[in-house]
Amino acid sequence: MTEVKAVNNSFFVDSAYLSESALKKKHELENDPSSRTDHMKYMPDMEIINSDIREKVLSQMQNYDCQSYTAKDVEASLSKDGCDVEDFKALLSPAAEPYLEMMAKRAREETAKHFGNTVYMFTPLYIANYCENYCVYCGFNCYNHIKRMRLDPWQIEHEMKVIADSGMEEILLLTGESPSMSDIGYIADACRLARRYFKTVGLEIYPVNTSDYKYLHECGADYVTVFQETYDPQRYEQLHLMGRKRVFPYRFDAQERALLAGMRGVAFSALLGLADFRKDALASALHAYYLQKKYPHAEISLSCPRLRPIINNDRINPLDVHERQLCQIICAYRIFLPFAGITVSSRESAVFRNGIAKIAATKISAGVSTGIGDHESKYTGKDKGEKSGDEQFEINDSRSLEKMRKDMQDEGLWPVLNDYLYV
Amino acid sequence: MVRINGEELDVAGSTLSEYLSKTDYDANRIAVEINNNILPKDKYSKTVLRDGDIVEIVSFVGGG
Amino acid sequence: MTDDKLIIGGHEFTSRFILGSGKYSLSLIESAVRDAGAQIITLAVRRANTNKNENILDFIPKGVTLLPNTSGARNADEAVRIARLARELGCGDFIKIEIMRDTKYLLPDNSETVKATDILAREGFVVMPYMYPDLNIARDLVNAGASCVMPLASPIGSNKGLETKEFIKILIDEIPLPVIVDAGIGRPSQACEAMEMGAAAIMANTALATAGDVALMASAFKLAIEAGRRAYLAKLGRVLTRGASASDPLTGFLHD
Repeated sequence: MTEVKAVNNSFFVDSAYLSESALKKKHELENDPSSRTDHMKYMPDMEIINSDIREKVLSQMQNYDCQSYTAKDVEASLSKDGCDVEDFKALLSPAAEPYLEMMAKRAREETAKHFGNTVYMFTPLYIANYCENYCVYCGFNCYNHIKRMRLDPWQIEHEMKVIADSGMEEILLLTGESPSMSDIGYIADACRLARRYFKTVGLEIYPVNTSDYKYLHECGADYVTVFQETYDPQRYEQLHLMGRKRVFPYRFDAQERALLAGMRGVAFSALLGLADFRKDALASALHAYYLQKKYPHAEISLSCPRLRPIINNDRINPLDVHERQLCQIICAYRIFLPFAGITVSSRESAVFRNGIAKIAATKISAGVSTGIGDHESKYTGKDKGEKSGDEQFEINDSRSLEKMRKDMQDEGLWPVLNDYLYV
Repeated sequence: MVRINGEELDVAGSTLSEYLSKTDYDANRIAVEINNNILPKDKYSKTVLRDGDIVEIVSFVGGG
Repeated sequence: MTDDKLIIGGHEFTSRFILGSGKYSLSLIESAVRDAGAQIITLAVRRANTNKNENILDFIPKGVTLLPNTSGARNADEAVRIARLARELGCGDFIKIEIMRDTKYLLPDNSETVKATDILAREGFVVMPYMYPDLNIARDLVNAGASCVMPLASPIGSNKGLETKEFIKILIDEIPLPVIVDAGIGRPSQACEAMEMGAAAIMANTALATAGDVALMASAFKLAIEAGRRAYLAKLGRVLTRGASASDPLTGFLHD
């Protein structure tokens, strides 16, 4: 067994605001697996695309024994041109940890070949935080007592103006995963608005069918990000206890549906710390790798978030994924997929993000708030006294765009706001 | 006249089999095309060459 | 090594040397095939001779797969026509598509090759397209139903070796079919180099035809191709040259 966990996170928190029947249901879901639905079964309205990619990724992941790689394998991987799947597995293994500096040098070479010394800037905009899923580690989960909010189109536009005024040209629109509270029409309106204020519009919303992705693409969205959270179906089942998100294969195929719908790019990620992080890192990159092989025109990118504390549970932590391990994963991603974008979350510290941007990261968020409707107060210090919605997780690096640009330049990097020609 | 492998020959009216039997082609090692259509071997004896037909008779040669 | 098979269109081969039969005496073919260990030999289709002179099929040992080519075709339609004639000659469904629209350099016409591949694959041929190594075209060939791709190493007959190395490497990395290096391989060492980097097989003709001793050169190619294949399977060992610089560490910022 490769699973050596220091401690497990204790995710379950009961809110005093829940009714007796809600609590009963919650406890049942948590304690009685038979009360939960089959997480591999599609719901009736969920499109099935019959792709072979999930099988390929899962079989590689399940057969990956990270302990079977030696220093010799790592050295061989680092000294050759190119990096195949086996080389990548070696670079993700514990045997590669002593080679981190060498991996970083190689990663920097590869990054420079494809991206020069640029670093892209974007900001996420949370427009709603309603959620119908019970994902035990997430601050937005439906049993967590938080301030819920959904911005109306005027509020969205106001937020966008504030962000656009800061100079930002790329935006990532996020909602909680509630198809009823944040329906496609609502998201489509947000896309149309975003297209007016920004040159590049990305979406991080609940997975939808191809026809809905197609519609959102027509309304201005070009990139779709879906985090699989963990690629281990058993662990996935234990963490996503209720809601549409519980359906593992539908979520897995989201990027492929987005590409079939004409989206220009897709992003992938596991939330490191939920399961065996090496397997999850392997699966995330292979998911991207096989999709790019199948759809060679697709722009792909990877994120690499670690677990963070959430509101009402400040004890959640990324377990054994320390900064060294995270750096190893990011370097391995870069060496395996030299052409992929790599985004580093504001969950990480300013020092880490500065350091990793020099090695492998190509995209960094700035001016981030994971709360709802609070960009004005955060950007200008001006609090209008209006209510705002609670945050999904705690951020660590809260630098503004202006500060980020300056810091990146001081690191010798060239900040780029947008390099996208809309066609 | 029938054009066979680029040569005008006065063989209209005879079947392909009859024509081939008077030549030194190795019937097992050729393929025949009449007016751009391949003629299966079992039709050689039933196919009558007509005036204006263009016939190609090919076989394998060395090549890379 | 014995289970290391070359699979083309569902047919298995243990030899990774595809021999051309052009430009040398028929009497040398048998020994060339034998000394090359070849299991596939290419042929061309031409107007038959009326005089009962020697037929190449009499010189090819039994059990060797015949791979007719479409040489002489200038576009997809002509290639399709030649392929159908080749099949009518009764020696199987293999066809090597080569379409040249240019008589000076004899470079393959990639777009016509895609069209011909599409038509012939639908007709059940095992299509082996000769091509200029272009990734997009190679993908089109895969989608059109090709059984392998055959990129050129350098201009045909030039014996210049792997002039297109970087591009063939890309095909090897990206194309889920055998990548068979065809044309321009002039020396066994060049064949070995291509095999080392992961080519599935080598096709050679002129290099043998112009050698002082055709059969001896055939055996030299055989050994070189096998050596390269083994090196590829063994995975090349390398000396770590990276990371020798004394600059500041890149990972000094990590802490938790």
